[in-house]
Amino acid sequence: MSINSETARKVAHLARIAVKEENLPALAGELSAVLAFMEQLNEVNVDGIEPMTSVTPMRLARRKDVVTDGNIQREVLANAPDAREGFFAVPKVVE
Amino acid sequence: MTKLNELTIAAARDALRKGDATSAELTEACLAAIGGAGALNAFVHHTPEIARERAAAADKRIKAGDAAAMCGIPVGIKDLFCTKGVPSQAASNILKNFKPEYESTVSQKLADAGAVMLGKLNMDEFAMGSSNETSCYGNAVNPWRRKGSDAALTPGGSSGGSASAVAADLCLAATGTDTGGSIRQPAAFTGITGIKPTYGRCSRWGIVAFASSLDQAGPMTKDVRDAAIMLQAMCGHDPKDSTSADLAVPDFEAALTGDIRGKKIGIPREYRMDGMPDEIEALWKQGTAMLKDAGAEIVDISLPHTKYALPAYYVVAPAEASSNLARYDGVRYGHRAKLGQGDGITEMYEKTRAEGFGHEVQRRVMIGTYVLSAGFYDAYYNRARKVRALIKRDFETVFADGIDAILTPATPSAAFGLGEMAEADPIAMYLNDVFTVTVNLAGLPGVAVPTGLDAQGLPLGLQLIGRPWEEGDLLNHAYVLERAAGFVSKPAKWW
Repeated sequence: MSINSETARKVAHLARIAVKEENLPALAGELSAVLAFMEQLNEVNVDGIEPMTSVTPMRLARRKDVVTDGNIQREVLANAPDAREGFFAVPKVVE
Repeated sequence: MTKLNELTIAAARDALRKGDATSAELTEACLAAIGGAGALNAFVHHTPEIARERAAAADKRIKAGDAAAMCGIPVGIKDLFCTKGVPSQAASNILKNFKPEYESTVSQKLADAGAVMLGKLNMDEFAMGSSNETSCYGNAVNPWRRKGSDAALTPGGSSGGSASAVAADLCLAATGTDTGGSIRQPAAFTGITGIKPTYGRCSRWGIVAFASSLDQAGPMTKDVRDAAIMLQAMCGHDPKDSTSADLAVPDFEAALTGDIRGKKIGIPREYRMDGMPDEIEALWKQGTAMLKDAGAEIVDISLPHTKYALPAYYVVAPAEASSNLARYDGVRYGHRAKLGQGDGITEMYEKTRAEGFGHEVQRRVMIGTYVLSAGFYDAYYNRARKVRALIKRDFETVFADGIDAILTPATPSAAFGLGEMAEADPIAMYLNDVFTVTVNLAGLPGVAVPTGLDAQGLPLGLQLIGRPWEEGDLLNHAYVLERAAGFVSKPAKWW
């Protein structure tokens, strides 16, 4: 599977990473090389094999649906690039 | 006489208990060694105040007779572990100035045991790399050099700073993490011991996530006994990690009996790669002979899907990474790009991530995004997960046949030069993990043990792979190999 610049642009946007127009062909080439490497997987017969979902055969632990933590607004916001009045601040989202 | 920073954990523990040394003295010796080793670029955030405070507390505990084995032992912590109030940025610019308000479970367990944190260690950005060259701090450097050359070599990656620091005696031991070989490959490149325990043995809580179904923490130490002692302190069930195993942690050090008579060692024929250097082949044969001499039975085994482990890994790991790294959005922590007039929230995300992530991280996030995207999910991601199930089944089959441990090379070569792979395509770099990545995919414990030097005087290691949850037995095999190999070489100090 070979990726062209148009697909590379789409992938970059899906990943929310800005890529300059002039860098798209190089990116497409790099992604194509890695995908070509993955093509080997098509040699394997996987008929009837379930995709692996958990590394060890264990049930995920459950706990009571209760509040276990909280009242740590200062700690939650301490590393925010822009926090105001107890909230994370971002550029205007809705016009 | 051995300097205090050159001691093993076991020797330091015994000296502390006998009163022959104090944790304060050990800590000062390490801080002085770190101060003189800037050229290695192993420690990237220094915490001498925390170290001195913890050393004083440890000395009190030792005096009071309330001292665990790790009490008073100075260690380095990989930058991937969140440490409260101390920069923890996974060697990425996107986490610049991030100071967690909490402590990772593993580093907390070490602190509770009385271990002394000296600082944070260099690594590949988000643990994505095999040479420590993707770090935002610049390369960590291997203390080893080729005979008659002063070319700077890689300490391996991603736990390159940890490996360099332990090999150069800047600390007694260090934490590492291993997603595809990131403990074992750097350990082999620097002549130290590194174990990745069974998936679920160490809590992942508070460790910056790369690929959650593969990531495991483990110790990087000067010998096998130290690996047993430190692993003991790092393991245990943690309700904050839903994949943490609710199993008792056995006494790993007590498992080091040195007796492996009657054990069955598997030698997987698929690990004999085309173009494998003769020295690696010879080392593997020597290791096999050593285990045989110790009374083990050597069995030729087959792990037929080995060849597909790397391509499966490079689907699964980037897929999980693209999901995990979605959290770096410039909103809650870390870097946010300066925005232009009229830029909205999408531009904020895209510019922030373009500025904050390095090249390799961007590439893997995009590969992961692609293999998870509509229309390709089945062809790539689901297929890779099916192949992963087959790789795991390969191991289950040989263990069911009575194999106790599997012996393989740790790496396809000795440490290479920094920058040497710059022109190579990414696949060539990925091949570093060819012997280690199967172990992560199957969730098994694996340990790298230094067993020899190549013709250029660089260390080489072998890997032992064990049954799930049998780290004690695995370490005992490693202990036998270590004693038989008698590896005692140290890098000549140039830094």
